[in-house]
Amino acid sequence: MPGWLIYFIIFGTIFGAFGGAAVLIWFERRLLGIWQDRLGPNRVGPLGIGLALADVIKLFAKEDWVPPFADKFVFVFAPTAIVMAMLLGFAVVPFAPGIHVIDLNIALLFFMGMTSLAVYSVMLGGLASNNKYALLGGLRSAAQMVSYEVFMGLSLMGVVMLTGSFSLVDIVNTQAEKGWFVFSQFFGFVAFMMAGIAESHRLPFDLPEAEHELVAGFHTEYSGMKFGMFMVGEYLGLILISSMICTIFFGGWLGPDFLPPIFWFTIKTFVFICFFILLRAAIPRPRYDQLMIFGWQYLLPLTLINLLVTGAVVLWL
Amino acid sequence: MLNILKAIWSQLVTLVEVLRHTFSKADTVQYPEEMPYLAPRNRGRIVLTRDPDGEERCVACNLCAVACPVDCIALQKTEDEYGRWYPEFFRINFSRCIMCGMCEEACPTYAIQLTPDFEMCEYDRQNMVYEKEHLLISGEGKYPGYSFYNVAGKSIKNKDKGEARNESPPVDVRSLLP
Amino acid sequence: MLELALFYLAAGISLVSTILAVTRVNATHALIYLIISLLASAIIFYLVGAPFAAVLEVVIYAGAIMVLFVFVIMMLNLSPAGEAIEHRWLQPRMWIIPALFCTLLLAEITYMLSRGDNLLMGHMVGPKAVGLELFGPYVLAVEIASMLLLAGLVGAFHLGRRYLTELREETS
Repeated sequence: MPGWLIYFIIFGTIFGAFGGAAVLIWFERRLLGIWQDRLGPNRVGPLGIGLALADVIKLFAKEDWVPPFADKFVFVFAPTAIVMAMLLGFAVVPFAPGIHVIDLNIALLFFMGMTSLAVYSVMLGGLASNNKYALLGGLRSAAQMVSYEVFMGLSLMGVVMLTGSFSLVDIVNTQAEKGWFVFSQFFGFVAFMMAGIAESHRLPFDLPEAEHELVAGFHTEYSGMKFGMFMVGEYLGLILISSMICTIFFGGWLGPDFLPPIFWFTIKTFVFICFFILLRAAIPRPRYDQLMIFGWQYLLPLTLINLLVTGAVVLWL
Repeated sequence: MLNILKAIWSQLVTLVEVLRHTFSKADTVQYPEEMPYLAPRNRGRIVLTRDPDGEERCVACNLCAVACPVDCIALQKTEDEYGRWYPEFFRINFSRCIMCGMCEEACPTYAIQLTPDFEMCEYDRQNMVYEKEHLLISGEGKYPGYSFYNVAGKSIKNKDKGEARNESPPVDVRSLLP
Repeated sequence: MLELALFYLAAGISLVSTILAVTRVNATHALIYLIISLLASAIIFYLVGAPFAAVLEVVIYAGAIMVLFVFVIMMLNLSPAGEAIEHRWLQPRMWIIPALFCTLLLAEITYMLSRGDNLLMGHMVGPKAVGLELFGPYVLAVEIASMLLLAGLVGAFHLGRRYLTELREETS
């Protein structure tokens, strides 16, 4: 690989991720509109796509207010953490053969580490705001993320057993031989998807912000671009989780030959983004204790049994 | 176990139901391009109407100003040469008006009426104050052919009730004759 | 050369943020510095050829244990009065015993370093090698740890179940 190409890929990944997040602002609202028999934003530019740009300009131009009762150091630090962690998570995603920032032999663990670091953003934002609603949002996010991180890790271990490696490139290459892991690891896929939604705190598991009960949860006090960073972080998380599902369970760049691999990757990721938006449009938010009981009483045994059965199959078959 | 399966099934059904809405038509009305239908009785911008002779119907009785819950109507009575009342000025502050229609109900002469027009935004708040020349229209509004003086009658200088042109003598309400 | 520079950078960050973590009176700030220190030591692990340990440092220490610390701080409802108490505790004479321990550790590290063995020369230890070691020679330690965890799990389940049954009785 020539030296300039890696820089090209790095910048391409960063700009692609940010651009995707910006377009998602528009795309999500448009898609929600379609599923709720509305039109969604369609005024700015063709099909309303200029809304993404207008939203970014609005966020930059808004007053960036730090409340006087807030802990300023943490208050400013918190929104940057989620964007940083999510962008770093993109470093290990293989887009196509040879097109990845880095092929770590611990890529899956690195991804989990980055998603677990993204928790701090929400927690510290809630803590530093010095606001009851924000604090409650932060508390909820802490418990939710720590619990669901467990199932996220356990649900992936079956795939790791079948592949014998943590490297995402190896995982995709194994799927070329053994078929997509969504068939052999179906319960792992279900658990990973649930945990992914909870980790990126998207609806239906967006209890940290829960507009109906907590005003805006952890980002009640945030305005301007600091709020925008939380927003971008959430969309980056959505794209990251979608591309991870696509890579780990749906064969990544694998697909028939009439399209180049990177297109297959993009299409699959796009389908999962749409699926997450569909979940948001269709399914109501569970109560907090329901979320926790669901995690510890159903997902944990499910992933453990999945792990055991996979281990037995790998060992004796 | 059965309950869990039922719950999962219900979630899946929800997803499919919502997904089917991809192909259903949006209910949105694109407002500035597609105007919604507004009934004639819709309560919008207030106008002052004229009777069939082209005279102002308003007799400056102040009932509308009394009925108005937000006190946005102001008028001053004056008399013409025959002793009939009419408003010297008639002012509605539309930045306060809540389009409740109380003035229309209070009006004894059908002069003040609400119309289905609601697009009355202004950049300057002062422009929301409408004077008589802005309010007065040349038509008869919702009650064509109605003339208060023909029906109710009012004596003016030199002429008693029912003696003026186009007037019929007043009905004697105490008589039993047809 | 670049690796050496990165190592010293990470080590410096780790050192400074650890000192800051100890001396901050605001518990939240101290925790953030502690997290940064852990991340810096994760980088050091990676540089000396232990990527698995590095990532575990991030996932488990920074990602789970420190989250619980922050969680506890959220529950404690710390006030400026608490910071005043912290100020009182950070008297010079409180530093004597920690400083003694630190000197001991420093002496130990100096002795280890003076024996030679450049630390960056370590060979790469992948996740597979770690797994083979854990379930080979160290399987007893793994089993003991897993028993501890199982005991913790059963205990947590017992406590949680009692709470849940009480809750159900109250609501019904």
